[in-house]
Amino acid sequence: MSDEPEDEIVLSELDDGELVQQMHDDLYDGLRDEIEEAVHILLERGWTPYRVLTEALVEGMRIVGIDFRDGILFVPEVLMAANAMKGGMAILRPLLAETGAPQVGKMVIGTVKGDIHDIGKNLVSMMMEGAGFDVIDLGINNPVESYIDALAEHQPDILGMSALLTTTMPYMKVVIDALKEKGIRDNYIVLVGGAPLNEAFAESIGADAYCRDAAVAVETAKELIAERRRSNSAAMNVA
Amino acid sequence: MLRTAGLPRPTIACLPAHWHNTPERIAPAVREKIRGIGRNYERIFVLYGDCGTGGELDRMLEREGVERIPGPHCYQFFMGTDEFTETAEREPGCFYLTDYLVRHFDRLIVAGLGLDRYPELRDMYFGNYTRLIYIAQTDDPALRRKAQRAADRLGLACEVRYRAYGELAAFVNRAMVPAGD
Repeated sequence: MSDEPEDEIVLSELDDGELVQQMHDDLYDGLRDEIEEAVHILLERGWTPYRVLTEALVEGMRIVGIDFRDGILFVPEVLMAANAMKGGMAILRPLLAETGAPQVGKMVIGTVKGDIHDIGKNLVSMMMEGAGFDVIDLGINNPVESYIDALAEHQPDILGMSALLTTTMPYMKVVIDALKEKGIRDNYIVLVGGAPLNEAFAESIGADAYCRDAAVAVETAKELIAERRRSNSAAMNVA
Repeated sequence: MLRTAGLPRPTIACLPAHWHNTPERIAPAVREKIRGIGRNYERIFVLYGDCGTGGELDRMLEREGVERIPGPHCYQFFMGTDEFTETAEREPGCFYLTDYLVRHFDRLIVAGLGLDRYPELRDMYFGNYTRLIYIAQTDDPALRRKAQRAADRLGLACEVRYRAYGELAAFVNRAMVPAGD
């Protein structure tokens, strides 16, 4: 009699469809080792890194995001899922760069000065990267100069700012006002997020949108970039 | 604090402390408390910090005409505004505990953040913190030891600052003076 439990799943024995389904379950359960193993299996079977990313990882995290929003999953479970996705992303990232996966846009993101809380910012970075954005992550505790230098260097479509504290969220306005003073505010889509924020706050400081979670950030970013490209193209046609 | 000052005892109403993790619930619940009990009392004061409501608590209190102790966090009014502001600016990576949070550390912090189920999340939550500051309301060696154990569990250095009730004491003393005096 074998010591192995009868219901032990051997990932390499699953067909592609079953394996992707299993990856969604494993992401949901935050099983990083299993996700890493499954990513390798799909790559060995000839899947492109982009297909692994979108069909297995991003789709799995989309399901996690829905259940978080509906109050079925809570923050610790989402973080475990994100940690598992991070394992998969670490394998795929260099391959995506080599294989020329489609780029949707570019984003500079960081938590504002005085704020060291980066869990939300890291989730947004990862989901944006998963959605095809080139993400330049400035990390934590960023003064206005860091944002402005990064915008000048990387010329992104989007600036993302994050704050968890009531005391640090007003700093977002300091950054936006500095962009206005330099006459470069309208060059960028400015997205803000963090637990104490809301839409009214985002509007009051002159941001383009408040994003209440990582999935909303991705959708909002895509929509606003598409909108901006439509108006740029309309302006060119008129000219 | 009231006993020591020889002041009359007010009626105290509380909300669940774990709502710090879901601050959007705080302002509506405080409003319900005010409207539910308000008609029975001459004056009402709110002794909560903003606690992550993003100013929503103050906007609601202004509409209800109820005064709150100033400050974004209880840490600030226990430590004192000047000291807290200076500490937060100098070292943003400080994690603060009060007597209450030290006593209920396992339930509110460890279980509240899921560290009992997923200890591997510790560094994701606390990796950017540099120090735990226990702002003590009482000079209690047992609580100091507990704070040290909490810091060890989070992988942080521990500092104790005994500040008693800080600005809360002055606010309550003023609030308890009968109207018209």
